[in-house]
This record gives sequence, structure tokens and C-alpha cells, in this order.
Amino acid sequence: MKSTVDAGSREFAENREAMLAKLAELDAEHAKALAGGGPKYVDRHRKRGKLLARERIELLLDEDAPFLELSPLAAYGSDYPVGASVVTGIGVVSDTECVIIANDPTVRGGASNPWTLRKTLRALEIARQNRLPVLNLVESGGADLQNQKEIFIPGGQVFRDLTRLSAAGVPTVAIVFGNSTAGGAYIPGMSDHVVMIEQRSQVFLAGPPLVKMATGEEADEEELGGARMHARVSGLADHYARDEIEAVGLGRRIVRSLRWKKQGPTPGPVTPPKLAEEELLGIVPPDLRTPFDPREVIARVVDGSEFDEFKPEYGGSLVTGWATVHGFPVGILANARGVLFSAESQKATQFIQLANQSRTPLIFLHNTTGYMVGTEYEQGGIIKHGAMMINAVSNSTVPHISVLMGASYGAGHYGMCGRAYEPRFLFAWPSAKSAVMGGAQLAGVLSLVNRQAAAATGRPFDEDADAVVRAMVENQIEAESLPMVLSGMLYDDGVIDPRDTRTVLGLCLSVVICEKAAGPYGVFRM
Amino acid sequence: MFSSILVANRGEIARRVFHTCRALGITTVAVYSDPDAHALHAAEADLGVRLPGRSAAETYLRADLIIEAALAAGAEAVHPGYGFLSENAEFAQAVLDAGLGWIGPSPAAMSAMGSKVRSKELMAGAGVPVLGVVESPGEADLPLLIKASAGGGGRGMRVVERLADLPEQLAAARAEALAAFGDETVFCEPYLPTGRHVEVQVLADRHGTVWTVGERDCSVQRRHQKVIEETPAPTVGEPLRQRLYAAARQAAQAIGYEGAGTVEFLVGPDGRFFFLEMNTRLQVEHPVTEAVTGLDLVRLQLEIARGDRLPPSPPDPRGHAVEARLYAEDPAHDYRPHTGVLQAFDIPGIVSRFESGGAPRGLRLDSGVTAGDEIGVHYDPMLAKVVAWAPTRDEAVSALAGALSRARIHGVVTNLDQLVRVLRDPVFRSGGADTGFLATFPSAPADPDCVRLSAVAAALADAVGSRRTAVLGGLPNGWRNLPSMPRRRSFTTDDSTVDVHYRFSRDGVAVVDGPVVGTVSADRVELFRDRVRHAFAVARYDDATYVDSALGSVRLVPVDRFPKSGPAGPGGSLVAPMPGTVVRVAVAVGDTVAAGQPLLWLEAMKMQHQLPAPAAGVIAELRAKAGDQVEPGTVLVVLEQVGLEQVVLEQVADEHVVREREQETA
Repeated sequence: MKSTVDAGSREFAENREAMLAKLAELDAEHAKALAGGGPKYVDRHRKRGKLLARERIELLLDEDAPFLELSPLAAYGSDYPVGASVVTGIGVVSDTECVIIANDPTVRGGASNPWTLRKTLRALEIARQNRLPVLNLVESGGADLQNQKEIFIPGGQVFRDLTRLSAAGVPTVAIVFGNSTAGGAYIPGMSDHVVMIEQRSQVFLAGPPLVKMATGEEADEEELGGARMHARVSGLADHYARDEIEAVGLGRRIVRSLRWKKQGPTPGPVTPPKLAEEELLGIVPPDLRTPFDPREVIARVVDGSEFDEFKPEYGGSLVTGWATVHGFPVGILANARGVLFSAESQKATQFIQLANQSRTPLIFLHNTTGYMVGTEYEQGGIIKHGAMMINAVSNSTVPHISVLMGASYGAGHYGMCGRAYEPRFLFAWPSAKSAVMGGAQLAGVLSLVNRQAAAATGRPFDEDADAVVRAMVENQIEAESLPMVLSGMLYDDGVIDPRDTRTVLGLCLSVVICEKAAGPYGVFRM
Repeated sequence: MFSSILVANRGEIARRVFHTCRALGITTVAVYSDPDAHALHAAEADLGVRLPGRSAAETYLRADLIIEAALAAGAEAVHPGYGFLSENAEFAQAVLDAGLGWIGPSPAAMSAMGSKVRSKELMAGAGVPVLGVVESPGEADLPLLIKASAGGGGRGMRVVERLADLPEQLAAARAEALAAFGDETVFCEPYLPTGRHVEVQVLADRHGTVWTVGERDCSVQRRHQKVIEETPAPTVGEPLRQRLYAAARQAAQAIGYEGAGTVEFLVGPDGRFFFLEMNTRLQVEHPVTEAVTGLDLVRLQLEIARGDRLPPSPPDPRGHAVEARLYAEDPAHDYRPHTGVLQAFDIPGIVSRFESGGAPRGLRLDSGVTAGDEIGVHYDPMLAKVVAWAPTRDEAVSALAGALSRARIHGVVTNLDQLVRVLRDPVFRSGGADTGFLATFPSAPADPDCVRLSAVAAALADAVGSRRTAVLGGLPNGWRNLPSMPRRRSFTTDDSTVDVHYRFSRDGVAVVDGPVVGTVSADRVELFRDRVRHAFAVARYDDATYVDSALGSVRLVPVDRFPKSGPAGPGGSLVAPMPGTVVRVAVAVGDTVAAGQPLLWLEAMKMQHQLPAPAAGVIAELRAKAGDQVEPGTVLVVLEQVGLEQVVLEQVADEHVVREREQETA
């Protein structure tokens, strides 16, 4: 592919600067998640001789293996701390791609809030869809009791998902670093393999206070749910570790002994793009009304910058074609000039069908303002053609991965495999925005409707008030369209640095290609 | 010429003799002990005869077996090399009696010189200055040097500073002499700690021609074992040289010497010299003489043994040659010999092996080992000799130091670093190294910077090279979308642990609080120190990683992230309790038990279950006796672990099920 991007141009420099500013904001939010419960609680945790959640993960992973942290901004914009007191992600343990879920005990004792639950369920969904063994690094005080109504009833899904994973032949491992009480007790309870740590793990349905309340028994914590008791009496623990390091080592050994055979094709040779990934910073203009050529992005993401374009002369607002990313063949759909017309919809429909014929995963690169509106287009059947594309996307059975580079508005978001269309993964760039429509348009539409209503009832129209309302609505919509807000609500799997796009796609492609294989039922815990 | 020669030796000297034999078309016969069955010398000989056993006494010192071997292989002559039986006149006689040729002087000449005590008397009689044998040492005779009469190579030698130490040192020297030479005779002579060891190479034919082929200075010695040798001797002027030559000639002529030999002198700071001994064989350090004369001393040995005449005079030496002996021993730890597998053995710039040729400068390697060889405990720890020659001393010494500093020797500890430092030492460079030089030569202060940078290099090389797996192997190493903490790798050296923290970024890998990083690959890392780029070569083996650079060679042992743990925690886990009868208790309260030691036997369902101690400790309490019926969960033994709180040992029925009981109950 040839590039027309001039990295020395003023435009490029401005684009880059704007992107770097957004990345700095993103880093600031990520830093909150990384800080966990803050220095006070981190220090207290360390003084107890315990490892932090991410240290446990680092130790669990193969040395120098990559790790994709998922939903790091969960709970952003909510009353709960960014990160939602749990770390989830995909990494390599004993040469096996795994989903890792680690409570962050420095954040309110690792207690679950509604966002913890959604983030955990999303990780389990990824494990189920992609057949990835799950490692739960458990240390949680259980549900945040004050918000139990938001957690208790839906929270049961965690345990259902764990055993259904097992039923589907996907192994589950729990390493219990500390508390795992009440509902939390079912995490080891529903896992195939359980490691507990001497004097550290405490797993019981009810702790001593609750037992006292319920039956009057004066129970001793160790006798009630200590690691040694579970290893030797109840049988809930399969492995008994003397410390955290040994426990993590046992976790790695368990994964190794799974002899997990990764399904799906092995990737071909990997050649880096000929064009620099670094230049991805300077391609998206800060004002999304200015279009950009997605080929410039594709050329900096795919192997060898080689892209076989499909129907280049037809439906030019959507770029489609074939490439490989980290050795995995993919089909790519990328918006070029924002609008989807009938031709683009039909082109997409055909391309998606072709990908299904050849069982090729699809990547959707979003920068769309939606399907074209207007009499001509309505008469031309834009609804039919848009529906065709949405139909094709909905019923396609190859894995989809979506990346929101810029705009992702209206039904265009659906046609390009938005969150509701269950792409296996969905990531956003800091430059992305997603809403039913742009803030200005939405405010304008509201204003027009109000103006018409005023005219219909003969009321005078207050222009000044309208201007205030329009500005307010526009600001609200713009703010709600921002990727960090959407990421906070788990509408994506994370906001990524554009320069990481190729790496993220490579990792995700490696996990999405696993075809299914299933067993008759989950392992019964004895 | 002989058509077939057996070399009654091993290692580099056997190879050295074979090298000349091959050039002359002579069939080569090796003898080899069991550990040497695949050694280079045995492998490259045309024929080989096994000497069963491992120790020198069982093998290379067995004159009878060697003569049998020569006869069996059809050898016409025996070359003894150096060491082992090379100065054993009885062996020479036995060889001759067996009808074989002997590459060396007559047994009579050998026995004349073989006893150091006798040889001193002989030389004194011939007018050669000698250091008298001290018959009954007193306080005034100190310090003394004990020597093995039959010895060489430093074995059996002991310096005695205090009379009180004498008996013990004599006993030790006798034992060592007996083990090494089969003769426990030792004697004492005055010890001159600051003299120079200068020796003269002699060649004599049976027709009366005696050559003195230059001298060698071998003053750099550790425990009387030569380490660095050179010719010409840097402090010997022409008048002294001529006097040494004359004395050496007198010595050879006094005993009717024939063949190659070396007359050793101790030269005092005042220029006086004393006869030490005459070695009636080829010397280890003969290559330096070959390098400056272009002679092949082994070839001359063979020709003399056959009865050939030497030309009237030897060629004039040209230039300077210096030899370093590479030993598998650790100078920093009292020259403790090291064993192990020689993983890498690579000395750059070698232009010849076992011969020096006619070039005006060059680098020669005489070695008995190669990469992959096991360095054992049975024989001399010398791995190789490296010889450099050049028109001047300075050039030769520089060339040798340079080659050794770039050598890569992995798997066993060697004196390589010490050799380089000696060759670059100002005292040595100025020619001022006497026999006491090495004893006071400081051991290398471990350069913390070298160790630190080498560890950084090893960590980075591992970091980029560690993941070559099918699973996400193509992704950038250590990639994180949310980088949170630096990665760590740790290594241990002999005396320290080094932690290296590093992070991956878009620009590559960077070291936390460390040097600027250049290019990094799995086996080569560039690091900048004060704006200077250093290249580090990283080689990994099963047990250690070696990092070589201009700063030195460092051996690092990677620290496992998960330390190997001992037996699992008390009680193990998930042991099914069972009801049964205690049939036997093997311990009593207060007994100290080892982990896994059976404590008692429980019979259940006609099987006898052994209950072993889950950990080492002391029996604190016994709650069961033979005949007790016990229920699941019953506490039987309380074990107090060493350094831990009391541990309750319950019924631990492992897989230690013994069935012999069934016979008794049947």
C-alpha cells in the first residue's frame, strides 16, 4: 500500500498533538485503576506480606509474555473507583492463553460492586466465546452489602458461567489468596482446580459472626474455612501452598498439566507493517467532521502493509479487503467518508458473506456517521440495504472484532458491528465517539422539534432559551459519546492507544479463532 | 624412522607427539583410561589401548600395562610425554627390555637425574653451583623448600616457614609424591622466595653433539607450578646466558645425556645461579622454544632416538615467545580445581595448533580438550597452553593478553582472568616478576560494574529471547496496554545477587536505573557506559549464563521465580482418613525424625499402611499404641517441627502401602 500521509506536515502534527492530549487524559484514568485503593491501602496490603493484584498476575504470566488488560476503565463516571476493584485480562500462562480475573483487595477489600460484576461477567463471556481457561485470583470481601440489590440477583451468573465453562470443556482454576466468603466461596466451589494458601485463604459460606448469628456456634476462622481445613478435611482445596509465590507456581503447574490444545489454525509468518505504527497518531483529525482515509490506518496495522482491496471501484465510502494481521488472515471493513449508502451496504453484505464462505475473521474499523438520509435515498431503499448489512453482520458466524477509530453513530454503529452485535472484542481509540447521532445534530433536531411544537400551538419561540438548551444538550451528548464514558459502562473492552492496534488485534485474533469442542457436563466438585 | 609410536600419556602432550608423528607418517598409538575413552588424544590416534580404571595409579602409571599395550598395538617405540612415567628410569628400562624403542635419554642418565638428591651431588662434583640439601633443618635454615626427589610440576613441593610445621609438611609432601610419582622420597633445600626460575633447553645426540637451544624464564608460578613461561628470559643478559648455557652443557655431558632435556636454575637477584634439577624429558613449556627457533623438538627427539646426528649448531632464536597455561582452577579460591563440562572453549586468533612454523609472529594453541568435554578430577587440571610469538617481548605479551581476554571459556572456572591480568601487569611487563610474584598478586577485585552490566545484558537477552513459542510468540515481548510495573530478572554470582529491573516500551527495552541500551538480541546486547558502547555476548547453559565482554567474563546463575520448595506443608493435602488398627509404632517421644520416615503402621482392610513423617522434626507426643482401634481424624502423633510451631500429625496414609503384612495375617 502507498501512503499519502506526510508526517512532516502541519496537519499531521496537529492531529498527533490532539491525539497525544487525549492519550494523556486516558493515561490519567488508567493510572487511577493502577493505583488501586491508593498508597494507604497498598502499603497496608504489602505490610501483610501480600502481593498486589497485578503483581500476582505478573508472576502468574510466562516471563515477558504479553498481557491485554480488559475493561480497565470500568466504573469510570460512576460512584465507584475506576477499575471496579478487579483486574481482568488475557495473558499467557504456561504457554496457554488464559483469561485472568484478579480481585484488587486494596480497593474496599476487593468487594464487588455492580461494575465489578459486569467486568467479571464480560471476562467470563470472553473465556466462554473463545474457549480460554480461566484463572481466578480470589481475594474479596464479597459483595458490597450496601448495594446488594444491584449485585445479589444477577451475581449468580458468575457461578453459573464458571460451571458452564467447565461443562464446555474449558478449565477453571481458582487461587484463593485471602477471603472468599459467602457467594465468593462458590468461586473455588465452582472451579475445576483450587489452590489455597496456609494461614491466608479463608473460604466459608458464613464467617464466625454470621455463624454466631445463625446458630450460636462460636466458630474458629481456621477451623471454619482455613486452607488446611479445606485441604485436609472438606476437600475444597486441591493444592495447599505455603505462600503466595508457591500458590502462583501451583497455578502455573495446573495450567501446564491441562495440556491445553489450542484450537484453530496456526498463524502464518508475521511480517511487520512497512509503514510506522507510530504514525497512527497523526491520521485521525481532532474534528471528526474531517474525513480521513482508513487505508492509511490499515497500512500501518496489517502484515507487510499488504491489503487486497475488494470492490475498490464500488461503494467508495466503505473500504473492504483482505489482509493478514500477525499471520492471521482477516477481512477488513473500514468507513472512508463516514456515510453508508446503498452501494456500501450491499458491498458490506457481500463481503461479509465471502468472509463466512472462507471462515475468515472480520475486523470493523469504525468512522461512520450512519446510513444516508433523504428522499432520494429512502426511495432508493436505504432501509432495505442497511437492513441487509445488519442482517449479514448479525448472522455472520465468523469472529468479529470492532475498533472505533472515530465516529460511530446511528445505525452505522449497528451495521459496523457495534457492541449489541456481539463482536468478540470491541476497542475504541481515544478519538472515538459513539451515540445515536452527533451532539450538534441531536441538539439541532431537538430544537427543530421544539420550534415546530411551538409553531403548532402558536406559542412564541424563545430563541435565547433555545440556544441555551441546544448548547446544554450538545455538551451532554458530546460528553456521553466519549470513549472513556462508554468504556466505563463496559460498552467496549478498553480504550487503546492507536499505536497498539496491531498488537491488540494480533492478540485478539489469536484467541478468537478457537473453534468449539464440548464435553457432556462440568466437573462435579466432590 | 619408527613406523609406529605409542605415547604413554594423555591430553595435550599426547596430541602434541601425535601431531609430529602424523607429519612424519608414523602410526600413532594412544593409551586411555576409562574417563579418557572419548578424549581427544584417544580419539585422534590411529590405534588405542584401554587402561582399565580411572586414577593415574591404575592407568597411566602402570608401566606393565603400557608395555603390553605397545606390544599389542605393534608400536616400535614409546614416547613418555611429560609427567606420569616420563622420568621413571625403570619404566624406560622395561620398555627397552621389551624390545621397544625409548624416546628419551638412557635409563642410566634418567636415574642419575631422577633422584634430585643424587643429581645435586653429581652437579656439584662437575662444578655446577647447587643449593645444598639440608639434611637436618634448624631454625637458621628457614625458609625451606620440600621437594619430591622423583618429582616435577610442583607436586610434592612445600614451603616451610616454621620448623613446627616441618613434620606435617613432610608427611603431606611424601603422600603427594607417592601418589604422583610412585616414589615418596623427599628432601629439603633452602628456599629463595625472590629468585627467578630460568631453565636451558638441551638437545644431545649420541654422537657427542650437545645443543643449548635458548633459555626460558618460568618465574610466574603458583605453588611451584609454572603458569607463564617465556623465551628469551627478560632479565638474563648475554654473559649470564652464556654461563647458564655452559652449566647446562656441563650437566648434560656429565651424565652422557641423549635427547631433549631441560636444566633448571634458580637465578638470584644478584645474578648468582644454582642448579635445581634436570628434567630428562620434554618440558610442558617447550613450545616457546619452538616458536623462536622454528624447531620441532618432538621430531628431534625421534631423530635422536633413532641415532641421527644433530647439525653442528642450533638455529639462532628470533624474536620473543610467551606461553600461558590455562588451568581449570580458581585463583580466587586458593587455586581450587574445578570440574564440570567445558561448554565453550574458544580462543580467537589461533593460527596454529601444536606447531609454530616459520612465521615471524603468531598464536599457537596446544590443548587436550574441546568444548563438550567433561573436566574430571582424576588428572592435571591444565586445559591448554596458549603461545604467542612476535619480534619483541612487548608485542608477544600484548598479543597473548589480547587473545586470552577475548577467549570464551564456559562451564568450568579457570585462571583465564588471572592470566590476562598478569600479562597486563606493569611489573610483569617490565620483566620484574620473580618466583614470588604470583603468590602476592592480588586476586581480582570483582568489578561490580562488570557484574552489574553483565547481569543487565543477560536479563535483556533473556527478555527478548525468552519467548519463541507458538502462543502469541509474534507479539512484542512483555507488551502491556497498561504498563504497571517494571519486569525483574535476578541472577546470582559466587557472592552476590543482582536484580535487574527493565521495561518494554515502544522504543524497545529500557533498564530501570541502568545503562542506556543499544541493540538487543538473544545472544548479544549492547550497553552504553559513559557514552562508550560495550558489547556483551550472552551464552546460556543448563545451569548458568555466561556473559563475555571487554570488561570480563561473568558467570551468572538465573534465579527461578518460583524457588524450589522442600516437602509440602504439614500433613500434605487431601489425604483420605480411614479407620483401622495401629499395628506398630516405630518411634518414641523425643525421637528426631526425617521427613518421610515411617512413624507407625496402620492396618485397615487387610492392608498395612505406612504413615511417614510429613516433615523433619521431633516427636512431641504419641497418642496411639499398637493395638489401638482408631477412627478417621484421630490424632496419632504430634510432631514438633524444627523451627516451627507444633504440628499435629494425623493419619497420613500416603501411597506408602506395604503389603508384606498380608502374609502374616493370611
